[in-house]
Amino acid sequence: MSDNTAVLEHVKESEASEAQPTTRTILSGPAEDTPDQPTWFRQQREQGWQDFSLLPNPTRKDQPWRFSNVDVLNLASYQSGNLPSDHDRAQILEQSVALDGKSGRLIFANDHFLERDVLPESLRKSGVIFQPLERALTEHEGLVRRYFMTQPAALGSAKFAALHRAHVRAGAFVYVPRGVELDLPIEIFHWLADENVAVFPHLLLVADETSKVTVIEHFRSVEKTRHGFACGVNDLIAGHGATVKYVCTQRWNENVVALQINATTVERDASAMSLNLHLGGAYSRFESLSRLVGEGARSDLLALSVAHHKQEFDARTLQDHRSPHTTSDLLYKNALSDRSRTIFGGLIRVERHAHFTDAYQKVRNLLLSDDAEANSMPGLEILADNVKCSHGATSGQVDEEEMFYLLSRGIPEIIAKQLIVAGFLDEVIGRLSNSLIGQHLRDLIADKFRLDATRAAIAA
Amino acid sequence: MATQTETSAVDIDRSIGDFHYDVHYGHDAGVGLSDRVVNYISDVKQDPDWVRQFRLNALKTFLSKPMPTHWASKDLDAIVFDNIRYYLAQGTPTKRNWEDVPEDIKRTFERLGIPEQERKFLAGVEAQFDSEAVYSNIKKAVGEQGVIFVGSTEGLKNHPEIFRKWFGKVIPTGDNKFSALNSAVFSGGSFIYVPPGVKVKHPLQAYFRINAENFGQFERTLIIVDEGAEVTYMEGCTAPKFNTATLHSAVVELVALRGAKIQYITVQNWSANVFNLVTKRGLAHEEAEIKWIDCNIGSRLTMKYPGVVLKGRKSRGEVLSIALAGNGQHQDTGAKMIHGADETTSNIISKSISIGTGRATYRGLVHVPKHLKHCKNNTECDALLINATSRTDTYPAITVRGTGNSVQHEASVSQVSAEQIFYMQQRGLSEGQAMSLSVNGFVNDLVRQFPMEYSVELKRLIELEMEGSVG
Repeated sequence: MSDNTAVLEHVKESEASEAQPTTRTILSGPAEDTPDQPTWFRQQREQGWQDFSLLPNPTRKDQPWRFSNVDVLNLASYQSGNLPSDHDRAQILEQSVALDGKSGRLIFANDHFLERDVLPESLRKSGVIFQPLERALTEHEGLVRRYFMTQPAALGSAKFAALHRAHVRAGAFVYVPRGVELDLPIEIFHWLADENVAVFPHLLLVADETSKVTVIEHFRSVEKTRHGFACGVNDLIAGHGATVKYVCTQRWNENVVALQINATTVERDASAMSLNLHLGGAYSRFESLSRLVGEGARSDLLALSVAHHKQEFDARTLQDHRSPHTTSDLLYKNALSDRSRTIFGGLIRVERHAHFTDAYQKVRNLLLSDDAEANSMPGLEILADNVKCSHGATSGQVDEEEMFYLLSRGIPEIIAKQLIVAGFLDEVIGRLSNSLIGQHLRDLIADKFRLDATRAAIAA
Repeated sequence: MATQTETSAVDIDRSIGDFHYDVHYGHDAGVGLSDRVVNYISDVKQDPDWVRQFRLNALKTFLSKPMPTHWASKDLDAIVFDNIRYYLAQGTPTKRNWEDVPEDIKRTFERLGIPEQERKFLAGVEAQFDSEAVYSNIKKAVGEQGVIFVGSTEGLKNHPEIFRKWFGKVIPTGDNKFSALNSAVFSGGSFIYVPPGVKVKHPLQAYFRINAENFGQFERTLIIVDEGAEVTYMEGCTAPKFNTATLHSAVVELVALRGAKIQYITVQNWSANVFNLVTKRGLAHEEAEIKWIDCNIGSRLTMKYPGVVLKGRKSRGEVLSIALAGNGQHQDTGAKMIHGADETTSNIISKSISIGTGRATYRGLVHVPKHLKHCKNNTECDALLINATSRTDTYPAITVRGTGNSVQHEASVSQVSAEQIFYMQQRGLSEGQAMSLSVNGFVNDLVRQFPMEYSVELKRLIELEMEGSVG
């Protein structure tokens, strides 16, 4: 095993949470405090609950929720989860495998910490921190407090960010000191196990000057039909000259309602890239805010959705250029089958004085059925001159000639279609330029295709 | 031969519209909005009962609807509906002969060059002064073909069988707050009917003029073009600069029956205190074509999104839009394309220029519902920013269902390149001239599609606006 590969640490930290068998509905109040939580954390939890109670429920008439099926956001039945059963736990640990090489790994289920692979010693010695949030709150209180949920939920979900604040307990804190580079990605798993459980996954990543880090989060369900609710927040901070890559693979089961609120701050000469792969969930909304605050900052926003049945994927983005000489590039692609729906609401905003901005935004929808619906709202707000901005949105279908070519070679129709869709999506994966993660994403997409192909075969 | 006056026929730049006369109004509904005002308007106009009822219902709808400030400019809150006069007229019937028009109103329109227009080439002219049409004429040849071109009041009285069938059908009262307002207090505007197969060679034209301070103009235009017929309609608008805000809220409905073609051209040059909140929509039946050419140069805030409902198979809708937002102006314009049948196509081309503190916004809606086949939409929005304080926004919303349709949207934002300006200055042009040439180049491919008189006029307007925008 190479020196920079994670080693498994058998920690029994999970036992502390085992002594907490009561479940409460998430609308009955903020999560209960644990004795070692700092006072400021308890206070912001109270504050979160107050804000959540005061803010109005979104309606489709609110511009940030236009086209969105807000009716699914009835949260009354969801409750905090217990540590999963021994059986489920064993299954989770066995299946929390994604990449061949990693720097470290954290596994959570029902918002309980299960297990982790700690970072190799060399990285720990150079000051890299990778800990469950609860532990970081006591061991690195100053750092966590400085960055914890300091970025606004500016894209419509302020109410749900407040709910997250009131309930958050599971998640990861990652800190990479100046000049340190991690060759292999950090992996974080969040699982939903029982009926009507709500989870609030949290990620706080701070990459100090000129450091390099890649983090991949996996959202998964133990079982295929149990209802659930996920309301995650992640904050990424790319310090001067840092390079941060964030990948999320969302594979909740198709009865889960999920909200994910991402915010990234990119400082001078730093570069941030995010890729969200959305496969699961009944309704999955993901908001991505990218704030380019220092000159020379660059942000790449990538997303892929493969929607089938009655799934709805609702993506909202803001490329917020606050400094001159900044660059952002967004590419979102959706493939829609059956009665699925997608929504893209994106905005490039160039603030006054943010001259010499380059900003691009492109959304492409591939409609594979007559009942699928793609909504696109690509927006621009430009308050500075000397900028280069463009956006484009297209909606179309599989090229008939391409189909004919594949069919004439004896490839079954569904497979041919899937090949074309895979090709359509591959451009986005290519932008990541990480073959290890790229292959994993392709495998996950192929998995979902396999289900559809089996279904089609049975139907035929 | 036309005499050379100080204002040439096609010239409607801002300084020329900036004058007003003290006019004695025979009918004045007073300020504010109530059942009493609506009844007053109905009394003066001797509305049939169904129109009076339509107005009163619309007033209720207007009062019940909130301002659309959750998405639109907060500047709308600056409109004080209680300070506005909803109806002003001199109380004399519409004149057929230019000589019969009262001297003071004649002076106004002569400064705007209306009779000259008519002499030159127009098939008909209708001129509206505040609430009512003061002058309306249609060339004999066109009238003999059965074309009807009258004010909306006359239309609903003399041609109820056509008028009532389509009135309020393309844009229902409750479409938005301002269409409801218009439906309650509408007055003036044009009613046009073109019989089957008649192709009106020359454009029909209307001028709208606001003369009184604190006045709201609410004209209502309804154009019905029967099977296989064609018409082009042009409107121009001016108002003097008063110190307080003025409201213009029109509703324009177009109906193109099977195979008909309508081209509707607007050059909006209201003065910079006018709130211009207009609802315009066309209904295109099978193989019909509706084309909006929309130039917005004046006003304080314009909110206008001409739309086409593509109801019939193979119908076609088009919006060509140019907006020029100068200091303190907000041009919030765009287009709506609602596809409702197979093989329908729509095209939206929008170009905007923001100067000084001006703000240009494109807002668009493209809707392709399910189970339609072979629908196409193409949208292009280009914005040009002239100064560091200028602003531009693009907010399209596109919904596509099902396979077999193709929709694309593209937008870009750019500025005049320093290199271009430098190159032209090298050849002896001043910076202002160079800038103006670049801007004209930017809109050129769109302007070329306009009728000649309008493209010349637009070029001149752009040159005027660009003077003093640099440095």
